[in-house]
Amino acid sequence: MSNATLSDKRPSSLRAAHLPKWFSWAVAAGSIALGLGISTVAGLESSIQWALIAGVLFVLATFVITSSVEGRRQAKDRVATSLVWVSFLLAVIPLASLVYETVKRGVKVLDGYFLSHSMGVVATSESGGGIYHAILGTLEQVGLAALISVPVGVLTAIYLVEYGRGKLAKAVTFFVDVMTGIPSIVAGLFILSTWILILGMGPSGFAGAMALTILMLPVVVRSTEEMLKLVPNELREASLALGVPKWRTILKVVLPTAIGGITTGVMLAVARIAGETAPVLLLVWGSNFINANPFSDPQASLPMYIYLQFQQSGGYGAAYDRAWAASLTLIAFIMILNLAARGIARWKAPKSGR
Amino acid sequence: MDISTTKDTAAPPTPQPSADQKRAERGTTRPGDRIFLGLSRGSGIFLLALMAAIAVFLSYRAALAISKDEANFFTTFEWNPTAVPPEFGIAVLAFGTIVSSIIAMAIAVPVAVGIALFITHYAPRKLGGPIAYVIDLLAAVPSIVYGLWGALVLVPQLDGLYGWLNDYLGWTGILEWQGGAPRSMLTVGILLAIMILPIITNVSREVFRQVPQMQEEAALALGATRWEVIKMAVLPFGRSGVISASMLGLGRALGETMAVAMVLSPSFEINASLLDPGGGTFAQNIASKFSEATEMGRDALIASGLVLFVITLLVNGAARLIIARRKEFSGANA
Repeated sequence: MSNATLSDKRPSSLRAAHLPKWFSWAVAAGSIALGLGISTVAGLESSIQWALIAGVLFVLATFVITSSVEGRRQAKDRVATSLVWVSFLLAVIPLASLVYETVKRGVKVLDGYFLSHSMGVVATSESGGGIYHAILGTLEQVGLAALISVPVGVLTAIYLVEYGRGKLAKAVTFFVDVMTGIPSIVAGLFILSTWILILGMGPSGFAGAMALTILMLPVVVRSTEEMLKLVPNELREASLALGVPKWRTILKVVLPTAIGGITTGVMLAVARIAGETAPVLLLVWGSNFINANPFSDPQASLPMYIYLQFQQSGGYGAAYDRAWAASLTLIAFIMILNLAARGIARWKAPKSGR
Repeated sequence: MDISTTKDTAAPPTPQPSADQKRAERGTTRPGDRIFLGLSRGSGIFLLALMAAIAVFLSYRAALAISKDEANFFTTFEWNPTAVPPEFGIAVLAFGTIVSSIIAMAIAVPVAVGIALFITHYAPRKLGGPIAYVIDLLAAVPSIVYGLWGALVLVPQLDGLYGWLNDYLGWTGILEWQGGAPRSMLTVGILLAIMILPIITNVSREVFRQVPQMQEEAALALGATRWEVIKMAVLPFGRSGVISASMLGLGRALGETMAVAMVLSPSFEINASLLDPGGGTFAQNIASKFSEATEMGRDALIASGLVLFVITLLVNGAARLIIARRKEFSGANA
């Protein structure tokens, strides 16, 4: 009996009416066409406008049609779905545009000459020149910052994981969190107030590196801490049971086990500070000349170079081209660091970690 | 976990250890251990000292500046630290910082939640991973590049939108437009929203991913549509996570410097309309005014930086508190 009712092809009253699968696509296509049509008729020039009109039309049409065919609950569901899709597309557009424009405008002047020459004798309005001095400055400043913050950061993390339990450890944990949120300009102002205004030093790559250290330290501490926590306790106990002193256990057993993750964290931290402009603006000032000594006189850096080219362009296309090319170089540098860091993380992950 | 022998002796109220235990402890403390403990504890103390130093030195220089300020530091609409007598105040900066951050949050939070839901619940499974990965990478794009893009690509695109807003919503007063270059608070808010999207999305995504599968399945079994599942199971579970994610984003928006400095045309007045020039932000003002500032000017900028520092500390502290509380109360993802 039940077989007979199941094979019955008549529309059942228990099963609600359904719109076909292509429904959403059809509505989307329709509303984009309508949006484009309306904006051409109304003479709107910006692509943002027709996209907005099309988005509103899409949501409205979906709701009205679905609620008449499938009922209100389904209509709400569809509207939510389309809103989620719209928000995703809304976010993708600027982010994709950012990458696309940087690559498109950046490749114009980006070549071997650009990477190996400075701006020394090139006026901002002229074409030519390059970013060699800026790359040098970035590498030195970031390198110095890493040189200070990696040992301090890793040791702090070791303290928190291996020794710390008391008030001091709690305070350190809390203030590491707080430090993560310090705006880069405030870190720059702190070094400015001590190193330059109170101690009377001049601008230098080292001053910038100290500000970058403040930004890098909490990131290194946090990521190292996470990694050390992943090291299985059995390893520590086995080593201690063999009579190995605690400090040698940490150096020879714990750190080597976590070294992949720690490297990843350090590289991500470097990637974060390599793009910082504000502290460099306050403390290193930027320069058009090659200055290989980070301990005296202004130095350039990649983000600072972009800012100076933008700021002093006077509307000349050549300066903008250089700014885009430097942006592309900077993004490429950061992305390579990121990808390499993730590669190492996957390759060297502690066996029990995932 | 803890197998150390050397401890903060002051921290736990331990019962009087016997002579035997004391000797045993001392016996296992080798000089290498002492040095290593000293080094690592020293690093921790260094970090605390650094935080204290930041607060102390910024306050010291700020106090120098504010003591010479002839006008009220909090309510003055001017920035003339080099004038005689020096007069400067943060009213306009506070206004601009708060307004641009509010706009950024109003745009970014719903969109970020949408993307996070898209990745975890809507996108085809094969797409979700790569999208999340790309958004992760976008979080690493430096702000100077966002600034360059904002100034040279976004601003020209906004002309049409501004005219449109003015035509249809100009009557509200806050969306009036006199027709200048679209380098106003609204533009800054939009750019900041784009910049903080990746952070908010990443944190919210992690939270949504931790929603107990059983709750979602239970809702589905009761006949809920996908939206109802999200409304009943996902969003309530993820609410505190989304709030803390938003506050982390807010912290970044408040302190953002270069992108704002490149996009905004600042002015030291408060304008009711978001589309006309009016206001600046703390960080942007420091970056723009720094190069021509004298020592007095720098101290004044440090004073405004101190205010920014305190605000971001409060916002971030609140975010951390919410995260910590959530850890305590949710047993679901233990």
